[in-house]
Amino acid sequence: MSRYLIPLAIFIVLVVFLAIGLTRDPHLVPSPLINKPAPAFQLPQLKDPAKSFSAQEMRGKVWLLNVWASWCLPCREEHELLVKLSMTRLVPIYGLNYKNERDEALAWLREFGDPYVVVASDLDGRVGIEYGVYGVPETYLIDRDGVIRFKQIGPLTPDIIKDTILPMVKDISK
Amino acid sequence: MKHLVILLLMLLSSAVVVLGQNPQSTVEDPAIEKRLHNLSQELRCLVCQNETLADSRADLAVDLRNQIREQMKAGKTDKEIIAFLTARYGDFVLYRPPVRPTTYLLWFGPFVLLLVGLVFLFRYVRQRRELIVDRPLSDDERRRAEELLEEQPHKETA
Repeated sequence: MSRYLIPLAIFIVLVVFLAIGLTRDPHLVPSPLINKPAPAFQLPQLKDPAKSFSAQEMRGKVWLLNVWASWCLPCREEHELLVKLSMTRLVPIYGLNYKNERDEALAWLREFGDPYVVVASDLDGRVGIEYGVYGVPETYLIDRDGVIRFKQIGPLTPDIIKDTILPMVKDISK
Repeated sequence: MKHLVILLLMLLSSAVVVLGQNPQSTVEDPAIEKRLHNLSQELRCLVCQNETLADSRADLAVDLRNQIREQMKAGKTDKEIIAFLTARYGDFVLYRPPVRPTTYLLWFGPFVLLLVGLVFLFRYVRQRRELIVDRPLSDDERRRAEELLEEQPHKETA
């Protein structure tokens, strides 16, 4: 009897490990940028390219940076949530328009609503690389000291906003 | 005829498009291109995770290769470029994970398992040796064995 016990135990351990592995999403790469200063950038504004927007000027504020593009289908999915969130005025949302034609981006905002205080145009995706963007949409929560506190890869969901982002905003706004 | 010309033009233009997307189609410094190719073969494309940065045609992979090319031209070493990428995308971009406490199990686990296996094998073999008891053949058995051995050639010729 005991000679079967050891292989059985090993088998069970293996099954447990594999079962846990199955519940995880391999596309969620832990960001090394959490708790690191948000990379500085200066980009023209989408709505008025003559003006620029820089991450540095956000010092002292808690804000969300949402990376989006009009060609990105999941962005459409989360957009309604962003519009709703912007109406609560709990946290300002800034946009980073990632590798997107200006006209298309503007048309998109006209059609689906504009939750952004300012949208910065990252035409060549360079700032995206600085922020480790690999799948739009991505959303960063940045604190008063300009440190990234949270990163959402993929579309936001009502639960993530309610259970993670808003409590964190409250916490770091103190 | 006109259709043929149009078809030919379409084929040609598609060929141009394909060439334009080829990861290696650049009239750049061959030494840098070779370095870029070697380095990007070690790196994971984050969009299509089972492809290397060298093979991937994803938009981001093209951007990242351009970024690496630029940094190489600026005289950065491979190490510095890898540090640049891991600072933004994490160790996940490396196909060869770095040796550090969190990856000790990954790196040394197989050797530990091998060692454990060897110990078990050694103990098992030794145990077996002790289990084997010399038992000389009885007279009866010896006679039978000789008979069998003699029978053998007969059978073969038969």
